[in-house]
Amino acid sequence: MVKITFVDAGGTARTVEGEVGSTVMETAIRNGVPGIDAECGGACACATCHVYVDEAWREAAGEPEPMEEDMLDFAFDVRPTSRLSCQIRVKETLDGLTVTTPAKQG
Amino acid sequence: MNAPIVIVGAGQTAAQAAASLRQGGFDGGLVIVGDEPHPPYQRPPLSKKHLAGSFAGERLGLKAETFYTEARIDLRLGATARAIDPRERRLGLADGTRLAYSRLLLATGSRPRALALPGAGLGGVHRLRTRADVARFQGELRPGARLAIVGGGYIGLEVAATARELGLAVTVIEAADRLLSRVVSPVVSRFFHDLHLTHGVAIRTGAGVEALEGDERVTGVRLSTGETLGADMVLVATGGLPNAELAAEAGLAVEDGILVDEACRTSAPGIFAAGDVARFPSRRYGRRIRLESVQNAVDGAKAAAAAMLGESPLYDPVPWFWSDQYDAKLQIAGLSTGYTHAEVEGDPASGSFAVAYRDGGRLLAVDAVNWPRRHMEARRALAEEPPIAVAP
Repeated sequence: MVKITFVDAGGTARTVEGEVGSTVMETAIRNGVPGIDAECGGACACATCHVYVDEAWREAAGEPEPMEEDMLDFAFDVRPTSRLSCQIRVKETLDGLTVTTPAKQG
Repeated sequence: MNAPIVIVGAGQTAAQAAASLRQGGFDGGLVIVGDEPHPPYQRPPLSKKHLAGSFAGERLGLKAETFYTEARIDLRLGATARAIDPRERRLGLADGTRLAYSRLLLATGSRPRALALPGAGLGGVHRLRTRADVARFQGELRPGARLAIVGGGYIGLEVAATARELGLAVTVIEAADRLLSRVVSPVVSRFFHDLHLTHGVAIRTGAGVEALEGDERVTGVRLSTGETLGADMVLVATGGLPNAELAAEAGLAVEDGILVDEACRTSAPGIFAAGDVARFPSRRYGRRIRLESVQNAVDGAKAAAAAMLGESPLYDPVPWFWSDQYDAKLQIAGLSTGYTHAEVEGDPASGSFAVAYRDGGRLLAVDAVNWPRRHMEARRALAEEPPIAVAP
């Protein structure tokens, strides 16, 4: 298990455990973390699981693929550290990952 | 108003409506009645990753298991709603329970249209809507087995792609002269036709089905041409029908779906409907529409929750859909029905293109293949088209 911290737009942090091989989005949904809608369930079709990856984790989390980037550009308040959390795979090297959820999705 | 809000159906609409009611400050009793044994789960993977075996059932849940207890939602699974008494505001269940409600949300969804043909009840004839359907079907999917799919729509084609990846011999049989004929233009149909041919699927368009043959188990599909295709199993994927019987029997207005107004209100006081089962007035398209999609489940549920809490939402979404087949992602924004011209953008041969559908100068819909940016742009552009009045 890998620890992932979700910080909401108001600054409240929740640390939960993610399963290696699942996604950051799934980890949020299964743990009832608010601020992530994930309407399409992880098909990279809706851009409602937008998060900001903490600067320190940006490299480890990787850069978005072109398809994800296209969807991301239409999310609310996009920043250089924006990712769709359904496209971030949970792995050992992400133990301690911190992401912040935007004020709203879509 | 001490009786709970009761939601009939336990799919994506129900889960979203329950969550939105709590987010909206509703603190009273909340009951979800669903006839399947599972808490609300995602249906889109059923024809794709879940069927392929690469996405386990426990990952399908739409909410954490703790969500329902923490949100004080009385989840009654394996429970079938039998009758509504709109005057007394009571819902009768199959086990004899009578539930009083203050407001009732009908989120009963849709079901696959059955084939009304000889042999439709044979062993090896499948449908795909629920986890139980997948479990039965999956048990028979063996490399080399011959699968005939009746219906070349989204479900049929997604299953064709999955079954090819599992090594089955697949034939898609479509009565219309092209695949996806009800939802996309000929150029998009052609793209998916070629995509499936490339992956080794046999496609029979313009072919009606006369009967399914076999004694106990299906052995073949007899076509209107007189020809019989050998098959070890058959998937019937010929579209969905709204589960509106409960509403109709209670005297609610029903017309291929439960009729609702722009705030998801049915013809009976205190009863709302949303999701696949609801037919609502779309000012965007100037007619009543019924949508079977994740977008409509989520957005319709949010509107219904707001209406149940006394607000006056105006539910008039830009519909959107997606379909993943092999490595191709089709994303549809809007409804193209009634278009006067279709304009191709990009080159289908490149694998990434779009088709914009217009009625005169009005943009109706855009189909985007492997071009998410175009899809998202289209959703924005469609949201800005002025409304049309809907005849009452």
